[in-house]
Amino acid sequence: MTGSLAANVVAFTRTLRAAGLPVGPQKALRALEAVEAVGLDRRDDFYWALHATLTDRHDQHEIFDQAFHLFWRNPELLKKAMGLMLPAMRAELGKDGPELSRRLQDTLAKPPPPDLDAREQKKQEIQIDGRLVFSAEEILRAKDFEQMTTAELAEARRIIAGMRLARLALPTRRFRPSPRGARIDLRRSLRETARAGGGDVIELARATRRVRPPPIVVLCDISGSMGQYARLLLRFLYALTNDRDRVHVFLFGTRLTNVTRALKRRDVDEAVARVGQEAPDWDGGTRIGQCLAAFNKRWSRRVLGQGALVLLITDGLDRDAGAGLEDEMDRLRRSCRRLIWLNPLLRWEGYEPKAKGAAAMISCVDEHRPVHNLNSLSALAAALGDSGGPRR
Amino acid sequence: MTALPASVDATADLLRAGSYVADRSLATVLYLALKLGRPLFLEGEAGVGKTEIAKVLAKTLGRRLVRLQCYEGLDVAAAVYEWNYARQMLEIRLGEASGDRDRAALGEDLFSDRFLIRRPILQALEPDVAGPPVLLIDELDRTDEPFEAYLLEILSDFQVTIPEIGTIAAAHPPIVILTSNRTREIHDALKRRCFYHWVDYPDFARELAILTARLPQVPESLSRQVVAFVQALRGLDLFKAPGVAESLDWASTLVELDQIELSAGAVDDTLGILLKYQDDIARIQGDEAARLLMQVKADVSARTAGE
Repeated sequence: MTGSLAANVVAFTRTLRAAGLPVGPQKALRALEAVEAVGLDRRDDFYWALHATLTDRHDQHEIFDQAFHLFWRNPELLKKAMGLMLPAMRAELGKDGPELSRRLQDTLAKPPPPDLDAREQKKQEIQIDGRLVFSAEEILRAKDFEQMTTAELAEARRIIAGMRLARLALPTRRFRPSPRGARIDLRRSLRETARAGGGDVIELARATRRVRPPPIVVLCDISGSMGQYARLLLRFLYALTNDRDRVHVFLFGTRLTNVTRALKRRDVDEAVARVGQEAPDWDGGTRIGQCLAAFNKRWSRRVLGQGALVLLITDGLDRDAGAGLEDEMDRLRRSCRRLIWLNPLLRWEGYEPKAKGAAAMISCVDEHRPVHNLNSLSALAAALGDSGGPRR
Repeated sequence: MTALPASVDATADLLRAGSYVADRSLATVLYLALKLGRPLFLEGEAGVGKTEIAKVLAKTLGRRLVRLQCYEGLDVAAAVYEWNYARQMLEIRLGEASGDRDRAALGEDLFSDRFLIRRPILQALEPDVAGPPVLLIDELDRTDEPFEAYLLEILSDFQVTIPEIGTIAAAHPPIVILTSNRTREIHDALKRRCFYHWVDYPDFARELAILTARLPQVPESLSRQVVAFVQALRGLDLFKAPGVAESLDWASTLVELDQIELSAGAVDDTLGILLKYQDDIARIQGDEAARLLMQVKADVSARTAGE
């Protein structure tokens, strides 16, 4: 292969990496190998050879496609665009027919990420509260998130970060050795017999089912009415996501966003900032029915397998007044093991789900819990260990 | 033994010989997988013909097809190998009864080749007179992560380690095809070892070609209407759009019912073949189906006139 082609393929992989595709040196090598194998006679073969080696998820197709057409027409153009982002260059890029995807555009011109915590601090008046002693924590634990001061919020975040989540362990179809297990492990029995020299007595080795926490899927409302709750719960969700595997987190306001990957960052503040960047509809209205429909259609079959537990965090105030909500809730309930509605409005005594959206939802959930202060959050952390009856 | 195809065109021809109508992208990826000896990972909605690729490949290349259907809790004993415990115990018993064998020899003999039961993956690693077999690991998303992790070793080195015997390596690696319906994401580490391809719904021309290749008994005018109707359904916002498998089923059902063209009554009666969710059926049945049918017939006649 000629040197310049190899260099260009490598430069192309760097472009993809900059656009957020996980393309490492190994994939670059594979790509070169594949290009060598198909040859350069046809552009579409070249395209699909790179496609097969450099993408591994269906949702990467768009980015790849656009980057390919931009890059292989004129790699220089893209490089310049990435460096300078002159308005003229933008216009030239813009001529490319269909609109560039936001991710590729973002790569070309990185906008400063909106900082959620900063936004939140701007809204708060600065108040200085007392020292933290035991009784102060008691008060803090019962205090509504919405009424906390900046300092209290910081303390609440610290407590949330340290929360221990109960583990519900469900039996799987795999076995592990256990002296009093119900199942006889023939393989181990015979191996041990043979090792002991083929004795007259075969000692039976036993096994029992392995247990494992079920997947958890969180759907969290981030509309204006959820305000402070959503921001603090995000920290709780961070703790949840990084505490175990198989947790998926979705945020919704007017549209649904999967933020699972963003939450899996090493640092909680970085994760929260990243989430703010990915979900564009903070503090807007809510379209619960539409968002649930989107979830049911696009995601439920991908994340609700293997008996998932669903946490739906919303106040049930729906801009569409509950249109189509009941059907979608019903479908959601039927496709998961257990559906828990976490509602910050439950803090009011005598709250009844009278809003049309809420009324439609209440009939479909397995459990309805408050989440408005640290106590209720701790109770939830403990309740995650409750199987709530047989699997549906 | 048929030789592996030497170019992308030859790969497409090979598939066509097995009545599989592939688009250029699929032929390219398959050619790469065959040429570079790496597994092919196919993802896509149910019923777009992922499993069929492996079957057709095995048939046209004259290789043996070894199929491993995945399920939750799939383990080494069901996927790779198992010892024949009943025979082992019998052997111990016989050894004791005759009393003429020393115990150490018996212990060694218990884990010899004749007590080994070969499961699909081990079968695929064994040499075959027809050439390395096609190993189809079907619906990988149904299994759980531990098995996926186990596959990593097999897919990169094509060898299996049995503690009692040692390592069994394939002299010639099998052709491996993995499929997934994406009911869960497969780990990146596994995908990285494979060529990835998303199998999409075919366009009008290709779906018509598939129908003609697979069901030559269906009259062409009916095929056109069936394909146009199914394509129109896919354009609607359904919970589960019909796949190619559904189009094929539907076309053959219509022929069985002696229909020579689509009628509103026949569509309503047989809608359950195309749509598998009650909500979708309720939405399409009746007026919507009649409307689609009108549109489809107009489309087909316009298209035929244009050709």
